[in-house]
Amino acid sequence: MSSNVERPQPKVYNSRGYEAVIGLEVHVQLKTVSKIFSADATNFESGDNENTSPISVGMPGTLPVVNKLVIEYAIKTGLALGCEIRKRSVFSRKNYFYPDLPKGYQISQYDLPICEKGEITFLVGDYEKRVGITRAHMEEDAGKSTHHGDATLLNYNRAGIPLLEIVSDPDIRTPQEAAEYGRAIRQVVRFLDVCDGNLEEGSMRCDCNVSVRKIGTEKFGTKVEIKNVNSFRFVEKAIEYEIERQIDEVEAGKKIVQETRLYDPDKNRTFSMRLKEDAQDYRYFPDPDLLPVILTDAQIQGIKSTLPELPIARAKRFHEKLGLPKTDATVLTDEKDLADYFEKAADICGNAKAASNWVMTDILRELNANKLAINQSPIKPEQLGNLISLIDKGAISGKIAKTVFVEMWKTGEAPEKIVQDKGLAQVSDTGAIEKMIDEVLAANVSQVAEYKAGRAKVFGFFVGAAMKASKGQANPDLVNEILKRKLDQA
Amino acid sequence: MDLLKAGFKEVKDAVTTKKISAVEVTKFFLARTEKLNPKLNAFIKMSDTALEDAAAIDKKISQGETVGPLAGVAFGIKDMLCTKGLRTTAGSKMLENFIPPYDATVVTRLKNAGVVVLGKLNQDEFAMGSSNETSYFGKCKNPWNEDYVPGGSSGGSASAQAARLAMGTIGTDTGGSIRQPSSFTGIVGVKPTYGRVSRYGIVAFASSLDQAGPMVSSVEDAALTLEVICGHDKMDSTTSQKPVPEFSKNLTTNIKGMKIGILKEYEKGVLHPDVEKTYRASLESLKKMGVEFVDVSVSLTEFAVPMYYLISASEASSNLARYDGVKYGFRADFKDLSSMNLDDFYSETRGQGFGTEVKRRIMLGTYCLSSGYFDAYYNKACQVRRMLRDQYVEAFKKCDAILSPVTTSPAFKLNERSKDTLAMYMNDIFTTSTNLAGLTGLSVPFGLSSEGLPIGMQLTGSHFEEQKILNIAYALESVSDVKGKTPHVF
Repeated sequence: MSSNVERPQPKVYNSRGYEAVIGLEVHVQLKTVSKIFSADATNFESGDNENTSPISVGMPGTLPVVNKLVIEYAIKTGLALGCEIRKRSVFSRKNYFYPDLPKGYQISQYDLPICEKGEITFLVGDYEKRVGITRAHMEEDAGKSTHHGDATLLNYNRAGIPLLEIVSDPDIRTPQEAAEYGRAIRQVVRFLDVCDGNLEEGSMRCDCNVSVRKIGTEKFGTKVEIKNVNSFRFVEKAIEYEIERQIDEVEAGKKIVQETRLYDPDKNRTFSMRLKEDAQDYRYFPDPDLLPVILTDAQIQGIKSTLPELPIARAKRFHEKLGLPKTDATVLTDEKDLADYFEKAADICGNAKAASNWVMTDILRELNANKLAINQSPIKPEQLGNLISLIDKGAISGKIAKTVFVEMWKTGEAPEKIVQDKGLAQVSDTGAIEKMIDEVLAANVSQVAEYKAGRAKVFGFFVGAAMKASKGQANPDLVNEILKRKLDQA
Repeated sequence: MDLLKAGFKEVKDAVTTKKISAVEVTKFFLARTEKLNPKLNAFIKMSDTALEDAAAIDKKISQGETVGPLAGVAFGIKDMLCTKGLRTTAGSKMLENFIPPYDATVVTRLKNAGVVVLGKLNQDEFAMGSSNETSYFGKCKNPWNEDYVPGGSSGGSASAQAARLAMGTIGTDTGGSIRQPSSFTGIVGVKPTYGRVSRYGIVAFASSLDQAGPMVSSVEDAALTLEVICGHDKMDSTTSQKPVPEFSKNLTTNIKGMKIGILKEYEKGVLHPDVEKTYRASLESLKKMGVEFVDVSVSLTEFAVPMYYLISASEASSNLARYDGVKYGFRADFKDLSSMNLDDFYSETRGQGFGTEVKRRIMLGTYCLSSGYFDAYYNKACQVRRMLRDQYVEAFKKCDAILSPVTTSPAFKLNERSKDTLAMYMNDIFTTSTNLAGLTGLSVPFGLSSEGLPIGMQLTGSHFEEQKILNIAYALESVSDVKGKTPHVF
């Protein structure tokens, strides 16, 4: 498709002549059964400190052994984000003291991360935005401290949970772009099935780096980090607040202080957590307990070959090859399971447009109403495809199909069986339809006269009456055709 | 059978053929320890289950079950190695009450081989020292003369072994901590190649240097122990997959034609006349056995001691961060918790829990890893370390093993060097290169000083060439002046 229409351009953020420069660090919890360096379980529901072992609480002499699946998931994500995969990457120790950090250091990656130099493209309203990925590195999570008056309680279930930290280039310019970037990352990791993307359970967390500068200047302003924002809506709000706060400061002739801030969603403001001068010297050095991760081209290719089609590419295909409108294609590729569901239904019936309509309206409506995920739908994609086939074959009418759908949702039974059991098959027997129409015409003589007098609108009344007489099962095309012929002859 | 002299094989054969029971062997050493340990302070904790463990072995034998190659052999274990249910302190107040819920892999393997663990042996705190004088549990004495140190850091192992409080002991060697005390007490001590023996469950001092090894009465016992403790461990990523030779079966005193390297750089060293004399005598003996001497050069050994202290202290500063009073081990007593802040909690706990030498090294290591100093110290040391390793690889193309003294002097007196840190550090001049280059090394007793203290000779072998140095040591042992001599406590 060639078009002369100009593509929508990214928005330029302008507040009082300033623009924002934003970069995001997204921590993605990788969906492995065991932790990154021990065999401990990673499930969210376990009781306090149930998912621990001498290794994950850092007892003397215990050693980390890397979970291969974590490396595989990191590579998968890196490849999906177009990153270069480093053939020799190194785990380093990030040293600092905190009670929820069992070893007094976090095993992370520092100067030699596994993924570097990627990018992601996503939609922000009506325009496409491209953001560079600086790096993505593997690391272990810390435990969790909760404070109760004088006491602090520690739960080490999270200690050693595998994380992939994805760091963006400072390419983001608006709060909305930042939120959409986060959503796009979430969509990718969910497509890859490497993260469940559940923000409430902490499966994804965001740190936002924000600075402002006068529009037209090249030099970045002093950046401020907003730590641990736990929803994309809050990412947008926190950055919005932060930009205005920084502009206020600059306008008031003050200097922006390099610091770490926290966002309080209740008050919708950020507040200072610590200044850069208090920042820790993490004394990074390669962890001598772990060997460098060495990868071959063949291994990387092997993982590449398992990559699923990614959302952007899939939406493009749905639009271009299957003829779906762009918006439908975007909605259907929001989640991999949804896209898979749609595609299976469309394959079975060979009618992508109809499958798209059924999924986008009926299926999504019922799922939302019942708070179900797509793979929990009582109607399987094959069954939906068969339902559409029944319509397309003329075996049932579109109206009857809605009734069958309700029954399918309730019982999970096959549409063919419901149609048969309930006697819902469409009547395409012209003799039977003619007989019915004759009866309708005979019973409504005055309306026939009106029609004859030129009130064409009355035709609709006859269609309705005939369909009603057939309990909706008459083939509407045939009803139309026969009715027209009979009325014209009458 | 004379249990003061019997080798492992003899005892194992006697136990399996029921000439003596494992319980009798264990009782013998427990009684001897009870009598002599108050003088020596070698053991700092006895196992409550030693007799039960021995009885279990006897039971297996009487039921005709197969038992391991060291069945009934009684061992003492350096307190760096975690022992399940048996207090493990690393010689520190910090772990005064720590009872591990797991065994170090070395301990598991020894137990599986039929070893009875008698108890835990004294050592310098966290293995930081060369005289066993930094132990929180008091100084340990040299059984040849109780005014002298047994060496360190595995001083308890050396003292117990030389006095035959156990049939065998395990030590650890980060910069010479097996070889130097072995030399000072007239026993055989082997530091295996880095990666030969699992470090899992061994309290970490410097992870890239630490290795555990046997400290025993004969080369044959050392070979038998190595067969049991060496080999890949899935709990330690840094262990090698290389198969473990049958060291004891391959032992031979026929070393005719072997090439022995003489390190040019070590010839410059100022040796105590008695060490010099012993060294010359060993050269003479080897010459008679038909070896060929080759001059080799490893010029970077000149920097081995500073390199060693930079790297080991850096790693230690991170490894010891986990001792923070939060999860286990010592915690400073706070009268009023509500007024205590986190920094106080850490500094009081660590300030009171660690001894002076440990604190000195933590500070040195923290400094080396700090931003701004990292490249000049830690990084530079690592670069030189790789070059040192390369020089050794080159040297070992010309020879099978390198012969040198273990230390410049025989054992020194208690308190003689404890105030002079630098003099104490220089003790490691001949031993640290082996660890830095990841090589194997051993000390075999060969001469006696004018004061009647034993002097060992050091053999350094290429990576995974333990067999070569064991054979040369086997030959030297057969003509050693220390042979048949026993410390006065006997």
